Amino acid sequence: MAEEMKRKEIAATKEMKKLMAKHFYELDEAAKTKKQKIAWCTSVGPAEILRAMGFLVYFPENHGAILGATRKAMEYIPYANRIGYTPDICSYTTSDIGAYLKGETPLSKAYEGITCIPKPDVLAYNTNQCRDVLDWFSFYGREWKLPVVGISTPLSVGEITKEYIADVSGQMKALIKPLEGISGRKFDMDELKRVLALSLETTKLWKACLFTASAIPSPITFFDMTIHMGPAVVMRGTEEAVVYYKLLLSELQDRVKSKVSAVEGEINRLYWDGMPIWGKLREHSDFFSSLKSSIVASTYCNSWIFEAFDPDHPFDSMARAYTELFIVRTDEMKEQYITEMFKTFSCHGIIYHDSKTCPNNSNARYGMPQRLTQKTGIPHLIIQGDLNDLRLFSEEQAKTNIEAFIEGISER
Amino acid sequence: MNGYFVGVDIGASYTKCVAIDEKEETLRFAVTQTGFDFEESARKVFDEVSKGLNGKALQVCSTGYGRKNVEFANLNKTEIACQSIGCFKEFGVEASIVDIGGQDVKIIRIDVNGKRVNFKMNRKCAAGTGAFIEEIAFKIKIPVEKLEEIAQSATDEITLGSFCTVFTATEILAHIRGQTPLSKIVRGIFRSVAKRISEIDYFSERIVFTGGLSKKGSVLSKMIAEETGSEVFVPKHPQITCAYGAAIYAKETFRASSTPSAKD
Repeated sequence: MAEEMKRKEIAATKEMKKLMAKHFYELDEAAKTKKQKIAWCTSVGPAEILRAMGFLVYFPENHGAILGATRKAMEYIPYANRIGYTPDICSYTTSDIGAYLKGETPLSKAYEGITCIPKPDVLAYNTNQCRDVLDWFSFYGREWKLPVVGISTPLSVGEITKEYIADVSGQMKALIKPLEGISGRKFDMDELKRVLALSLETTKLWKACLFTASAIPSPITFFDMTIHMGPAVVMRGTEEAVVYYKLLLSELQDRVKSKVSAVEGEINRLYWDGMPIWGKLREHSDFFSSLKSSIVASTYCNSWIFEAFDPDHPFDSMARAYTELFIVRTDEMKEQYITEMFKTFSCHGIIYHDSKTCPNNSNARYGMPQRLTQKTGIPHLIIQGDLNDLRLFSEEQAKTNIEAFIEGISER
Repeated sequence: MNGYFVGVDIGASYTKCVAIDEKEETLRFAVTQTGFDFEESARKVFDEVSKGLNGKALQVCSTGYGRKNVEFANLNKTEIACQSIGCFKEFGVEASIVDIGGQDVKIIRIDVNGKRVNFKMNRKCAAGTGAFIEEIAFKIKIPVEKLEEIAQSATDEITLGSFCTVFTATEILAHIRGQTPLSKIVRGIFRSVAKRISEIDYFSERIVFTGGLSKKGSVLSKMIAEETGSEVFVPKHPQITCAYGAAIYAKETFRASSTPSAKD
């Protein structure tokens, strides 16, 4: 009978927590004192431009993940449902709006003195993730009578052509003027290049951390990655993020050298496609560990790798980086990418999380699992669930599915 | 070897237990309602099966939703694995197993060697499961066991379109209001189950139909054949194939590892 097991803790977590605390306290102070302007930004939005123009940047999707991980989402979603944001749309959006309507935030519990999310001066989106981010930001734009600016990225992109780059790059440049008006600060190209160089360094280090998982056994698992990606999302473009990922990488490289595995006795190596089920991270981590299975790679955590950044060509390279994302691409490109990851990470199987309220991050609805298994021979499992709304997740059914799937892999 | 091997399948609705000998022949089996105490129902069927058997239980394998709650089992394995083992032992062919359980439907594809190729379960809703039939039977106040006989007498059937059990009950209410004959409604209920099942996966040429609702020549069995285009086979004891598979697994692992005998 499988016993409950914990994954091996990463020592750098302590530093990451300090860093995240600093991030939220800075924002809180700026919101209270009005000493620095605040911009809200979607997780794969134009953060570098905002930072270069002197804004402190807050990422509501990060707040959404915290609402999920603390399971507070369940309490707040109904508040948004009542005003017409239905249970069928992004549960980050509904839980975040619901929390706002109730006048609460889990940040209050985590960080003493913080009583609310930081009210911004502008909201900047990129629809490369989905249309819901625009609806989400538009809610607050209407609520607080604030400007909502952003970029509409083409979707289902195959090859990234110069036309795509010109379109997105043009939209990014068009943000400058309104942002100058809001920030009261003139755009400085050198500052953008400096920020972009830091973002590039962050992203390279984050990638190096993730790719240590190609070692057998893997020193890190998906459940660490989802936590340690925090600075790559909310602090890219800062010195601190660079310093942090150097620390994390060094620890992971030491683990690889000494063959220390995140999951003790690792036997099975899996790929996770789709969103995490935030409210079940700990349980899932223990469950996979008890099955001696390590999730060594994921579409989700790899989505904050922006290797195309080039400080010498800031706008075009940002346009490329934010358009060549997995989520924006055609199924053909996605399948090529995952096939490559199977090889790099020596995967034995893939689990697709079909997240009910996040169709853009769910790749199990148009035959991809069947096609990829046929092509690669790597077996797949689809589990039904959601990123934040646990009413859409059947724990027992998922566990039976996962256990049977891993039994099957072990028998191969 | 003086003893036997046991499989206990703690399902959402029923707990089943099978004891087999060295030759994998069924010696005894028992079935009881699962209720809320998994351990107690497992013990009950285990005691009933053990009664009158010579020797002792050499190894016990538990399976089903409650598989982790059987303290006296030496090992556990998922119902997907055990169902495959049990069905392959009986039929020995490449097949899709359709197992209608109390709260889920499983479609397991096995190859010519009995190896699992793939498996799928129903998504979140109850449509297509035993719970759906039970709920509707309750709503129309007809015992589940009577449904078959009523459906057999029908010459026509209604169409029920919803994925949702509650909405299906509403559809049925509309038919009752419209004075549709009961047999036509009941036949429509079975058709809806067969349709939901046929949507889950594609099927091998042969289907092995298991679970408490499985019966040779039944309306549902014929409808599954119609909806999938496959030939449907029903095991001798369709409710206990999973427990039987668990017993075989207990036997195989006992041989392989020579682990200590079951706790009793």
